[in-house]
Amino acid sequence: MSDIVNRRQFVAGLAAFGAVFTAVPAFAYSSADATNLIGKVVRDINRIINSGQPETVMLSDFENIFRDYADVPIIARSALGPPARSLSASQLADFTTSFQGYISRKYGRRFREFVGGKMEVKSAKAVKSFFEVKCLATLKGQPPFEVIFVVAGRSGRFIDMEIEGVSLLKAERAEVGAMLDNRRGDVRRLTADLRNI
Amino acid sequence: MAHKFRTKIRMAALIGLLFVSACARPEVSRGTYDPFEVQNRGIHEDNRKLDQYVLRPVSQGYGKILPPELRLGVSNMASNLSVPGVVVNDLLQFNLRNAGHNTVRFLLNSTIGLGGLLDPAAAKFPLRRNDFGQTLYVWGAGEGAYLELPLLGPSTTRAAAGIVVDLALDPLRLFAPTDVATASTIASAADVANSRYTYSDTVDSILYDSEDSYAQSRLLYLENRRFLLGDTTSGEDVYDIYEDLYE
Repeated sequence: MSDIVNRRQFVAGLAAFGAVFTAVPAFAYSSADATNLIGKVVRDINRIINSGQPETVMLSDFENIFRDYADVPIIARSALGPPARSLSASQLADFTTSFQGYISRKYGRRFREFVGGKMEVKSAKAVKSFFEVKCLATLKGQPPFEVIFVVAGRSGRFIDMEIEGVSLLKAERAEVGAMLDNRRGDVRRLTADLRNI
Repeated sequence: MAHKFRTKIRMAALIGLLFVSACARPEVSRGTYDPFEVQNRGIHEDNRKLDQYVLRPVSQGYGKILPPELRLGVSNMASNLSVPGVVVNDLLQFNLRNAGHNTVRFLLNSTIGLGGLLDPAAAKFPLRRNDFGQTLYVWGAGEGAYLELPLLGPSTTRAAAGIVVDLALDPLRLFAPTDVATASTIASAADVANSRYTYSDTVDSILYDSEDSYAQSRLLYLENRRFLLGDTTSGEDVYDIYEDLYE
Protein backbone atom coordinates (compact mmCIF):
# COMPACT_ATOMS: atom_id res chain seq x y z
CA MET A 1 0.00 0.00 0.00
CA SER A 2 2.53 2.50 1.07
CA ASP A 3 4.57 1.32 -1.81
CA ILE A 4 1.84 2.30 -4.21
CA VAL A 5 1.43 5.71 -2.56
CA ASN A 6 5.10 6.27 -2.81
CA ARG A 7 5.10 5.25 -6.40
CA ARG A 8 2.15 7.55 -7.06
CA GLN A 9 3.91 10.38 -5.33
CA PHE A 10 7.02 9.62 -7.26
CA VAL A 11 5.17 9.65 -10.57
CA ALA A 12 3.34 12.85 -9.64
CA GLY A 13 6.59 14.39 -8.56
CA LEU A 14 8.19 13.39 -11.81
CA ALA A 15 5.33 14.86 -13.80
CA ALA A 16 5.53 18.10 -11.86
CA PHE A 17 9.25 18.21 -12.34
CA GLY A 18 8.77 17.55 -16.05
CA ALA A 19 6.21 20.31 -16.34
CA VAL A 20 8.48 22.79 -14.61
CA PHE A 21 11.45 21.64 -16.60
CA THR A 22 9.79 21.98 -20.00
CA ALA A 23 8.17 25.27 -19.05
CA VAL A 24 11.47 26.80 -18.03
CA PRO A 25 12.86 27.54 -21.52
CA ALA A 26 9.73 29.50 -22.48
CA PHE A 27 9.78 31.67 -19.37
CA ALA A 28 13.50 32.03 -19.13
CA TYR A 29 14.04 33.27 -22.66
CA SER A 30 15.99 36.48 -22.16
CA SER A 31 17.43 39.43 -24.04
CA ALA A 32 20.74 37.58 -23.91
CA ASP A 33 19.21 34.60 -25.76
CA ALA A 34 17.68 36.89 -28.37
CA THR A 35 21.00 38.70 -28.81
CA ASN A 36 22.70 35.34 -29.16
CA LEU A 37 20.26 34.20 -31.87
CA ILE A 38 20.59 37.41 -33.89
CA GLY A 39 24.36 37.29 -33.36
CA LYS A 40 24.32 34.02 -35.29
CA VAL A 41 22.02 35.45 -37.98
CA VAL A 42 24.28 38.46 -38.44
CA ARG A 43 27.40 36.29 -38.47
CA ASP A 44 25.90 34.12 -41.23
CA ILE A 45 24.74 37.14 -43.21
CA ASN A 46 28.19 38.76 -43.01
CA ARG A 47 29.77 35.50 -44.15
CA ILE A 48 27.42 35.22 -47.14
CA ILE A 49 27.69 38.82 -48.35
CA ASN A 50 31.47 38.67 -48.26
CA SER A 51 31.81 35.16 -49.67
CA GLY A 52 31.97 36.21 -53.32
CA GLN A 53 29.77 33.22 -54.24
CA PRO A 54 27.45 33.28 -57.26
CA GLU A 55 23.97 34.62 -56.55
CA THR A 56 22.18 31.25 -56.76
CA VAL A 57 24.38 29.90 -53.95
CA MET A 58 23.85 33.04 -51.88
CA LEU A 59 20.08 32.74 -52.32
CA SER A 60 19.98 29.16 -51.03
CA ASP A 61 22.24 30.19 -48.12
CA PHE A 62 19.72 32.91 -47.27
CA GLU A 63 16.90 30.39 -47.37
CA ASN A 64 18.81 28.31 -44.81
CA ILE A 65 19.17 31.30 -42.47
CA PHE A 66 15.47 32.07 -42.81
CA ARG A 67 14.50 28.42 -42.23
CA ASP A 68 16.84 27.93 -39.25
CA TYR A 69 16.45 31.20 -37.34
CA ALA A 70 12.99 32.55 -38.24
CA ASP A 71 9.61 31.21 -37.14
CA VAL A 72 8.57 30.62 -40.75
CA PRO A 73 5.21 28.87 -40.10
CA ILE A 74 4.08 31.79 -37.93
CA ILE A 75 5.27 34.42 -40.43
CA ALA A 76 3.61 32.59 -43.34
CA ARG A 77 0.31 32.25 -41.47
CA SER A 78 0.39 35.92 -40.51
CA ALA A 79 1.13 36.99 -44.10
CA LEU A 80 -1.84 34.99 -45.30
CA GLY A 81 -4.14 36.42 -42.63
CA PRO A 82 -7.65 35.05 -41.93
CA PRO A 83 -7.77 32.75 -45.04
CA ALA A 84 -5.13 30.63 -43.29
CA ARG A 85 -7.78 29.39 -40.87
CA SER A 86 -9.83 27.62 -43.51
CA LEU A 87 -6.88 25.64 -44.88
CA SER A 88 -6.07 22.02 -44.11
CA ALA A 89 -2.79 21.29 -42.36
CA SER A 90 -1.19 20.05 -45.56
CA GLN A 91 -2.40 23.05 -47.59
CA LEU A 92 -0.93 25.37 -44.97
CA ALA A 93 2.33 23.42 -44.99
CA ASP A 94 2.50 23.70 -48.80
CA PHE A 95 1.88 27.42 -48.64
CA THR A 96 4.55 27.79 -45.93
CA THR A 97 7.15 26.02 -48.08
CA SER A 98 6.35 28.19 -51.13
CA PHE A 99 6.36 31.31 -48.98
CA GLN A 100 9.75 30.43 -47.50
CA GLY A 101 11.28 30.19 -50.98
CA TYR A 102 9.58 33.38 -52.17
CA ILE A 103 10.80 35.41 -49.18
CA SER A 104 14.34 34.05 -49.44
CA ARG A 105 14.60 34.91 -53.13
CA LYS A 106 12.94 38.32 -52.81
CA TYR A 107 15.03 39.56 -49.89
CA GLY A 108 18.11 37.48 -50.72
CA ARG A 109 18.37 39.33 -54.03
CA ARG A 110 18.21 42.62 -52.17
CA PHE A 111 21.26 41.59 -50.16
CA ARG A 112 23.24 42.21 -53.36
CA GLU A 113 23.43 45.79 -52.12
CA PHE A 114 24.98 44.46 -48.90
CA VAL A 115 27.99 42.91 -50.65
CA GLY A 116 31.15 44.29 -49.06
CA GLY A 117 29.18 45.74 -46.14
CA LYS A 118 28.66 44.53 -42.61
CA MET A 119 26.07 44.29 -39.91
CA GLU A 120 26.60 44.35 -36.16
CA VAL A 121 24.37 43.75 -33.16
CA LYS A 122 24.06 46.88 -31.01
CA SER A 123 21.54 46.29 -28.24
CA ALA A 124 18.49 44.30 -27.18
CA LYS A 125 15.42 45.04 -25.11
CA ALA A 126 12.29 43.17 -24.08
CA VAL A 127 8.89 44.46 -25.26
CA LYS A 128 5.96 42.43 -23.88
CA SER A 129 6.87 38.81 -24.64
CA PHE A 130 9.15 39.82 -27.52
CA PHE A 131 12.69 41.05 -27.89
CA GLU A 132 13.92 43.83 -30.14
CA VAL A 133 17.50 43.30 -31.20
CA LYS A 134 18.91 46.47 -32.74
CA CYS A 135 21.60 46.15 -35.41
CA LEU A 136 23.54 48.67 -37.44
CA ALA A 137 24.07 47.99 -41.14
CA THR A 138 27.03 49.72 -42.77
CA LEU A 139 27.01 49.52 -46.55
CA LYS A 140 29.46 50.92 -49.02
CA GLY A 141 28.81 54.57 -49.91
CA GLN A 142 25.75 54.95 -47.67
CA PRO A 143 25.27 56.33 -44.20
CA PRO A 144 24.73 53.46 -41.69
CA PHE A 145 21.11 52.54 -40.97
CA GLU A 146 19.20 50.71 -38.28
CA VAL A 147 17.81 47.19 -38.64
CA ILE A 148 15.72 45.66 -35.84
CA PHE A 149 15.04 41.95 -35.52
CA VAL A 150 11.96 41.02 -33.47
CA VAL A 151 12.47 37.72 -31.64
CA ALA A 152 9.54 35.82 -30.10
CA GLY A 153 10.34 34.46 -26.65
CA ARG A 154 7.82 31.70 -27.17
CA SER A 155 9.56 30.18 -30.17
CA GLY A 156 13.08 31.52 -29.67
CA ARG A 157 13.09 32.60 -33.31
CA PHE A 158 12.72 35.90 -35.12
CA ILE A 159 9.34 36.85 -36.58
CA ASP A 160 10.03 40.28 -38.09
CA MET A 161 12.72 42.59 -39.34
CA GLU A 162 12.28 46.37 -39.31
CA ILE A 163 14.46 48.52 -41.55
CA GLU A 164 14.29 52.21 -40.60
CA GLY A 165 10.83 51.70 -39.18
CA VAL A 166 9.49 49.58 -42.06
CA SER A 167 8.24 46.17 -40.91
CA LEU A 168 8.83 43.40 -43.43
CA LEU A 169 6.02 41.37 -41.86
CA LYS A 170 3.56 44.21 -42.44
CA ALA A 171 4.87 44.73 -45.98
CA GLU A 172 4.37 41.03 -46.75
CA ARG A 173 0.91 40.98 -45.18
CA ALA A 174 -0.01 43.79 -47.60
CA GLU A 175 1.70 42.11 -50.57
CA VAL A 176 0.30 38.61 -49.97
CA GLY A 177 -3.13 40.19 -49.38
CA ALA A 178 -2.90 41.89 -52.80
CA MET A 179 -1.69 38.67 -54.44
CA LEU A 180 -4.61 36.78 -52.91
CA ASP A 181 -7.09 39.43 -54.14
CA ASN A 182 -5.65 39.17 -57.65
CA ARG A 183 -6.32 35.40 -57.52
CA ARG A 184 -9.83 35.74 -56.09
CA GLY A 185 -8.73 34.26 -52.78
CA ASP A 186 -7.44 31.03 -54.34
CA VAL A 187 -4.65 30.00 -51.92
CA ARG A 188 -3.76 26.93 -53.98
CA ARG A 189 -3.06 29.09 -57.05
CA LEU A 190 -1.08 31.53 -54.91
CA THR A 191 0.96 28.65 -53.46
CA ALA A 192 1.81 27.48 -56.98
CA ASP A 193 2.58 31.01 -58.25
CA LEU A 194 4.82 31.87 -55.29
CA ARG A 195 7.24 29.16 -56.39
CA ASN A 196 7.94 31.18 -59.55
CA ILE A 197 8.07 34.69 -58.12
CA MET B 1 12.11 92.84 -52.48
CA ALA B 2 10.83 93.43 -48.96
CA HIS B 3 7.31 93.61 -50.31
CA LYS B 4 7.76 90.39 -52.28
CA PHE B 5 9.13 88.75 -49.16
CA ARG B 6 6.17 89.76 -47.02
CA THR B 7 3.69 88.56 -49.66
CA LYS B 8 5.45 85.21 -49.78
CA ILE B 9 5.36 84.82 -46.01
CA ARG B 10 1.70 85.77 -45.91
CA MET B 11 0.85 83.30 -48.68
CA ALA B 12 2.77 80.56 -46.94
CA ALA B 13 1.05 81.23 -43.65
CA LEU B 14 -2.34 81.17 -45.34
CA ILE B 15 -1.75 77.96 -47.25
CA GLY B 16 -0.16 76.41 -44.20
CA LEU B 17 -3.16 77.30 -42.03
CA LEU B 18 -5.51 75.85 -44.60
CA PHE B 19 -3.70 72.54 -44.60
CA VAL B 20 -3.22 72.43 -40.84
CA SER B 21 -6.91 72.93 -40.20
CA ALA B 22 -7.49 70.14 -42.72
CA CYS B 23 -5.27 67.76 -40.80
CA ALA B 24 -6.25 68.93 -37.32
CA ARG B 25 -9.37 66.74 -37.55
CA PRO B 26 -9.32 64.04 -34.90
CA GLU B 27 -7.60 60.83 -35.89
CA VAL B 28 -10.23 58.24 -36.82
CA SER B 29 -7.99 55.29 -36.21
CA ARG B 30 -4.35 54.41 -36.02
CA GLY B 31 -2.80 52.94 -39.12
CA THR B 32 -3.68 54.08 -42.61
CA TYR B 33 -6.15 56.88 -43.24
CA ASP B 34 -6.66 57.07 -46.98
CA PRO B 35 -10.01 58.68 -47.87
CA PHE B 36 -8.64 59.84 -51.25
CA GLU B 37 -7.56 56.37 -52.31
CA VAL B 38 -9.31 56.47 -55.70
CA GLN B 39 -7.67 59.78 -56.70
CA ASN B 40 -4.37 58.72 -55.13
CA ARG B 41 -4.29 55.51 -57.16
CA GLY B 42 -4.85 57.52 -60.36
CA ILE B 43 -1.93 59.80 -59.53
CA HIS B 44 0.16 56.77 -58.58
CA GLU B 45 -0.31 55.29 -62.05
CA ASP B 46 0.77 58.59 -63.64
CA ASN B 47 3.80 58.76 -61.35
CA ARG B 48 4.73 55.20 -62.24
CA LYS B 49 4.62 56.00 -65.95
CA LEU B 50 6.65 59.13 -65.34
CA ASP B 51 9.25 57.03 -63.54
CA GLN B 52 9.25 54.36 -66.22
CA TYR B 53 9.66 56.74 -69.17
CA VAL B 54 11.57 59.69 -67.67
CA LEU B 55 13.05 59.46 -64.18
CA ARG B 56 14.35 55.90 -64.36
CA PRO B 57 16.07 56.23 -67.79
CA VAL B 58 17.46 59.68 -66.95
CA SER B 59 18.80 58.48 -63.58
CA GLN B 60 20.38 55.42 -65.21
CA GLY B 61 22.15 57.73 -67.68
CA TYR B 62 23.17 60.13 -64.92
CA GLY B 63 24.48 57.31 -62.73
CA LYS B 64 26.35 55.48 -65.45
CA ILE B 65 27.89 58.46 -67.26
CA LEU B 66 29.01 60.66 -64.36
CA PRO B 67 31.69 59.38 -61.95
CA PRO B 68 30.46 58.67 -58.39
CA GLU B 69 32.71 61.39 -56.91
CA LEU B 70 31.04 64.05 -59.04
CA ARG B 71 27.54 62.75 -58.24
CA LEU B 72 28.38 62.76 -54.54
CA GLY B 73 29.69 66.33 -54.81
CA VAL B 74 26.49 67.55 -56.48
CA SER B 75 24.33 65.75 -53.90
CA ASN B 76 26.45 67.21 -51.09
CA MET B 77 25.85 70.65 -52.53
CA ALA B 78 22.09 70.10 -52.72
CA SER B 79 22.09 68.86 -49.15
CA ASN B 80 24.18 71.79 -47.93
CA LEU B 81 21.95 74.36 -49.61
CA SER B 82 18.94 72.82 -47.87
CA VAL B 83 20.44 73.42 -44.41
CA PRO B 84 19.27 77.05 -43.94
CA GLY B 85 15.67 75.84 -44.41
CA VAL B 86 16.32 73.06 -41.92
CA VAL B 87 17.61 75.57 -39.35
CA VAL B 88 14.44 77.67 -39.79
CA ASN B 89 12.43 74.63 -38.70
CA ASP B 90 14.81 73.89 -35.81
CA LEU B 91 14.10 77.43 -34.60
CA LEU B 92 10.35 77.11 -35.14
CA GLN B 93 10.46 74.06 -32.88
CA PHE B 94 12.64 75.89 -30.33
CA ASN B 95 15.23 73.17 -30.84
CA LEU B 96 18.24 75.45 -30.30
CA ARG B 97 20.65 72.55 -29.94
CA ASN B 98 19.89 71.25 -33.45
CA ALA B 99 19.76 74.79 -34.83
CA GLY B 100 23.31 75.31 -33.55
CA HIS B 101 24.48 71.88 -34.71
CA ASN B 102 23.14 72.36 -38.25
CA THR B 103 24.42 75.95 -38.45
CA VAL B 104 27.94 74.81 -37.58
CA ARG B 105 27.59 72.12 -40.23
CA PHE B 106 26.49 74.69 -42.81
CA LEU B 107 29.35 77.08 -42.00
CA LEU B 108 31.99 74.32 -42.08
CA ASN B 109 30.82 72.80 -45.36
CA SER B 110 30.23 76.15 -47.04
CA THR B 111 33.82 77.25 -46.29
CA ILE B 112 36.35 74.44 -45.96
CA GLY B 113 33.89 72.13 -47.74
CA LEU B 114 34.27 74.31 -50.86
CA GLY B 115 30.72 75.64 -50.96
CA GLY B 116 29.23 72.33 -49.92
CA LEU B 117 30.86 70.18 -52.60
CA LEU B 118 32.66 68.23 -49.87
CA ASP B 119 31.25 67.14 -46.53
CA PRO B 120 34.02 67.55 -43.95
CA ALA B 121 31.37 68.09 -41.25
CA ALA B 122 29.93 64.59 -41.75
CA ALA B 123 31.72 62.91 -38.84
CA LYS B 124 31.17 65.50 -36.08
CA PHE B 125 28.13 67.32 -37.47
CA PRO B 126 25.99 64.95 -39.53
CA LEU B 127 22.82 66.60 -40.88
CA ARG B 128 19.93 66.45 -38.43
CA ARG B 129 16.99 66.49 -40.82
CA ASN B 130 14.01 68.70 -40.31
CA ASP B 131 11.17 70.14 -42.35
CA PHE B 132 7.95 72.02 -41.82
CA GLY B 133 5.95 68.80 -41.90
CA GLN B 134 7.93 67.81 -38.82
CA THR B 135 7.38 71.24 -37.29
CA LEU B 136 3.63 70.70 -37.68
CA TYR B 137 4.03 67.31 -35.98
CA VAL B 138 5.93 68.90 -33.10
CA TRP B 139 3.29 71.61 -32.82
CA GLY B 140 0.68 68.86 -32.40
CA ALA B 141 -1.00 68.66 -35.81
CA GLY B 142 -2.28 65.20 -36.73
CA GLU B 143 -0.82 63.24 -39.62
CA GLY B 144 -3.95 63.76 -41.69
CA ALA B 145 -4.82 61.79 -44.79
CA TYR B 146 -2.42 59.90 -46.99
CA LEU B 147 -1.74 61.66 -50.29
CA GLU B 148 0.16 60.70 -53.37
CA LEU B 149 1.36 63.91 -54.97
CA PRO B 150 1.99 64.33 -58.69
CA LEU B 151 5.77 64.17 -59.37
CA LEU B 152 6.63 64.16 -55.65
CA GLY B 153 5.07 60.82 -54.71
CA PRO B 154 3.88 59.57 -51.30
CA SER B 155 2.95 62.20 -48.70
CA THR B 156 0.27 63.16 -46.20
CA THR B 157 -1.85 66.30 -45.91
CA ARG B 158 0.47 67.40 -43.07
CA ALA B 159 3.68 66.66 -45.00
CA ALA B 160 2.31 68.29 -48.17
CA ALA B 161 1.49 71.46 -46.25
CA GLY B 162 5.05 71.30 -44.97
CA ILE B 163 6.49 71.18 -48.48
CA VAL B 164 4.58 74.31 -49.51
CA VAL B 165 5.64 76.24 -46.40
CA ASP B 166 9.26 75.06 -46.67
CA LEU B 167 9.45 76.39 -50.22
CA ALA B 168 8.07 79.74 -49.10
CA LEU B 169 10.22 80.01 -45.95
CA ASP B 170 13.50 78.86 -47.50
CA PRO B 171 16.04 81.60 -46.57
CA LEU B 172 17.99 80.69 -49.69
CA ARG B 173 15.08 81.65 -51.92
CA LEU B 174 14.22 84.69 -49.83
CA PHE B 175 17.65 86.23 -49.32
CA ALA B 176 20.33 84.63 -51.50
CA PRO B 177 21.12 85.83 -55.05
CA THR B 178 18.95 84.20 -57.73
CA ASP B 179 21.96 82.28 -59.05
CA VAL B 180 22.35 80.43 -55.75
CA ALA B 181 18.67 79.53 -55.65
CA THR B 182 18.88 78.28 -59.26
CA ALA B 183 22.00 76.24 -58.45
CA SER B 184 20.15 74.77 -55.50
CA THR B 185 17.20 73.77 -57.72
CA ILE B 186 19.47 72.13 -60.29
CA ALA B 187 21.53 70.32 -57.63
CA SER B 188 18.34 69.08 -55.96
CA ALA B 189 17.04 67.69 -59.26
CA ALA B 190 20.38 65.97 -59.85
CA ASP B 191 20.23 64.61 -56.31
CA VAL B 192 16.83 63.05 -57.05
CA ALA B 193 18.34 61.31 -60.08
CA ASN B 194 21.28 60.16 -57.96
CA SER B 195 19.03 58.70 -55.27
CA ARG B 196 16.87 56.97 -57.89
CA TYR B 197 20.08 55.47 -59.29
CA THR B 198 21.64 54.52 -55.92
CA TYR B 199 18.47 52.82 -54.62
CA SER B 200 17.45 51.53 -58.04
CA ASP B 201 16.90 47.91 -56.93
CA THR B 202 14.74 48.96 -53.98
CA VAL B 203 12.60 51.38 -55.98
CA ASP B 204 12.25 48.96 -58.90
CA SER B 205 11.13 46.16 -56.61
CA ILE B 206 8.42 48.36 -55.09
CA LEU B 207 7.18 50.01 -58.30
CA TYR B 208 7.50 47.12 -60.76
CA ASP B 209 7.69 43.80 -58.89
CA SER B 210 4.88 44.31 -56.41
CA GLU B 211 1.34 43.23 -57.32
CA ASP B 212 0.03 46.37 -55.62
CA SER B 213 2.74 48.99 -55.84
CA TYR B 214 0.36 51.66 -54.53
CA ALA B 215 -0.29 49.81 -51.27
CA GLN B 216 3.40 49.00 -50.85
CA SER B 217 4.59 52.58 -51.38
CA ARG B 218 1.89 53.86 -49.02
CA LEU B 219 2.89 51.44 -46.25
CA LEU B 220 6.63 52.00 -46.69
CA TYR B 221 6.27 55.78 -46.78
CA LEU B 222 4.01 56.03 -43.73
CA GLU B 223 6.06 53.64 -41.59
CA ASN B 224 9.37 55.25 -42.51
CA ARG B 225 8.07 58.79 -42.06
CA ARG B 226 6.69 57.94 -38.60
CA PHE B 227 10.02 56.35 -37.71
CA LEU B 228 11.93 59.48 -38.78
CA LEU B 229 9.57 61.73 -36.80
CA GLY B 230 9.70 59.47 -33.76
CA ASP B 231 5.88 59.35 -34.02
CA THR B 232 4.70 56.27 -32.14
CA THR B 233 1.04 57.27 -31.96
CA SER B 234 -0.11 57.32 -35.61
CA GLY B 235 0.87 53.79 -36.59
CA GLU B 236 -0.85 50.67 -35.35
CA ASP B 237 0.90 48.90 -32.49
CA VAL B 238 2.82 46.18 -34.28
CA TYR B 239 3.10 44.23 -31.04
CA ASP B 240 -0.65 43.63 -31.18
CA ILE B 241 -0.05 41.79 -34.45
CA TYR B 242 2.78 39.81 -32.89
CA GLU B 243 0.70 38.83 -29.85
CA ASP B 244 -2.05 37.55 -32.14
CA LEU B 245 0.40 35.26 -33.89
CA TYR B 246 0.92 33.08 -30.86
CA GLU B 247 -2.69 32.84 -29.71
